[in-house]
Amino acid sequence: MTGTDSTGTDGAGPRGTGRDEAGWATAAGTGPMLEVTDLHVQIASRRGLVRAVDGVSFEVVKGDALGIVGESGSGKSMTLRAILGVLPPEARITSGQVKLDGQDLVPLRQSDLNRIRGPRMSMIFQEPMSALNPVMRVGPQIAEGPLVHLGIGRAKAAERALDLMRRVGIPDPERRYRAYPHEFSGGMRQRVMIAIALACEPEIILCDEPTTALDVTIQDQILRLLARLCRETGVSLVFVTHDLPVVAQVCQQVAVMYGGQLVESGPVREVLHDPRHPYTLGLVRSAPDFDNVRESLIPIPGSPPSLISPPDGCRFHPRCKFAEEDCQVIEPPLKLLAGGRATACLHYERCIEALEAERSAQ
Amino acid sequence: MIDPVVGGQFLAPGGGPVAELSRLPPDRSTPRRRTWYRQPALMAGLTITVIIIGMAVFAPLITHYNPIAQNLNDTLQGPSAAHWLGTDELGRDVWTRLLYGGRVDLRVGFIAVLFPFCLGTVLGSLAGYFGGWVELVIMRMVDVVVAFPFYVLIIALVFVLGPGERSIYIAITVVGWVSYARLVRAEILVAKRQEYVLAAQAGGLSNLRIMGRHLLPNVISQSIIYAMSDIVQDILAIVTLGYFGLGIPPPTAEWGSMINEGQSFLSTHWELTTIPGIAVVIVGLGLSLIGDGLADLHRPGQS
Repeated sequence: MTGTDSTGTDGAGPRGTGRDEAGWATAAGTGPMLEVTDLHVQIASRRGLVRAVDGVSFEVVKGDALGIVGESGSGKSMTLRAILGVLPPEARITSGQVKLDGQDLVPLRQSDLNRIRGPRMSMIFQEPMSALNPVMRVGPQIAEGPLVHLGIGRAKAAERALDLMRRVGIPDPERRYRAYPHEFSGGMRQRVMIAIALACEPEIILCDEPTTALDVTIQDQILRLLARLCRETGVSLVFVTHDLPVVAQVCQQVAVMYGGQLVESGPVREVLHDPRHPYTLGLVRSAPDFDNVRESLIPIPGSPPSLISPPDGCRFHPRCKFAEEDCQVIEPPLKLLAGGRATACLHYERCIEALEAERSAQ
Repeated sequence: MIDPVVGGQFLAPGGGPVAELSRLPPDRSTPRRRTWYRQPALMAGLTITVIIIGMAVFAPLITHYNPIAQNLNDTLQGPSAAHWLGTDELGRDVWTRLLYGGRVDLRVGFIAVLFPFCLGTVLGSLAGYFGGWVELVIMRMVDVVVAFPFYVLIIALVFVLGPGERSIYIAITVVGWVSYARLVRAEILVAKRQEYVLAAQAGGLSNLRIMGRHLLPNVISQSIIYAMSDIVQDILAIVTLGYFGLGIPPPTAEWGSMINEGQSFLSTHWELTTIPGIAVVIVGLGLSLIGDGLADLHRPGQS
């Protein structure tokens, strides 16, 4: 499946995200595993209604990994929590669809959702210390999911938990089974989180910045572990992060979010090498490049937009150096480009020009 | 589908997990917090309480008198070798009645604390976890009960229900659950914002399971500490009821009724009233010290 067969031609329509030819040979099937269509999430706050997620659409193909990148407050985490139906009480999905293998999850009641969360879809959190119950031993925490969802006995569930601990590379699982989370290092805790997420063999795992709280060496181990487990089990990933190299390492597809909206998407290599949106360009330039450290860090001026009263037109125009007058008026739709890519910029050619000028200058 | 070999494979590159392992505490017995037996308050409280409970439990071995057998030939005797603390107006051995009275008061006190503990914990968790109208209803009920002074409400309830152990349990439950409900609700309000609750929800666990298996174990220690001082209050309430003749009906030995009966002879035999009073104070002291000790032990950052 490639992006050109997409049905929608604007930001509201569902888009195909093609598979990267250079991507791993995965156990992927065809057809979208997860399909998010025009998702809107609003948060009631004292100062007004926050449009945290504002018309986001994307697809994750079976066995693929989709990276969602963006700065803090761009709506990445809210998107994940909306998919799983674990929004904070003051937030709610106002419109849109979240289809898991064709089934819309948004209208489901909690008891029905509970049959999906765990066995079909699970989540890995950013801070593995706070995401593990401090007063519960690690083994039973891993075994709990299978015990509840798979209808297997206590002994079977414990055995499964031990297997999972081995599988995610926790040494001496028999002894660690009875340990408490505080007795684990950060990396080991994140391995436990991964074991919990894998416990019921879900079809898709949502990762909310799973490596942000870890130091770089451990981060690399965890990413490799995740990539390997995906390859082995054919599980799809949605990987939220603000770390571009991480996306490049793990994902085939990437979606860039800004101000609660999707601004660019496509195969990860093309998008990060050849951005078609000035915001992505800014993100790529503000990430460190070790070949050219001194000149490579160029911050994006200004600060993220208020999501209570976002700017008219393109949300990025106040910070965009390519902005023209129409950017202040027209809310740019997501335009489909060749190669399964899409951009929400009216003047995306300017990015190509800027990149070409830069490259010829070097 | 699960292949244990894979974990082994992953250990090889960079020797990562091995390096990580060295950062783990090498030994599970590494001291992490002040151990319980080094808490002076807790130890003193435990000593007092264990001695008193032991004396109550082994009362028949400590004294050979019958606590309710009257001996009208030996009334109102002072302390002697035969009667260590003398006899009361019906010739019953005061030391014996004190021991047997402790049996009743401690038993009723310990049982009476269980009902409000359970009821308050359950209602408090429901209010804290679900919020909304559930919380509104439960917390308004709390307000109603809190509006009355503790003893007034208990005495009124027992008076309506009639004296006896059952009435005491009902009255203490009706009045006592509110403290636990407020405590647990406040703790749950904080705890439910923790990420592990979100993780449990994301794992598709039911609300009941999240409350019972994940939230309660994290918040229950506060309730247990409070229960220690609550037993003191309950024993005081039972003694007070006994003093008013609303407690355990005579002739069963009970500290409150002993204080009441001795009152008529206060000018000549002050010890009849004072000794059960001192017993109440000592029990209260012991249990309060345990509560303080547990609270100290539980307070973070004391290691």
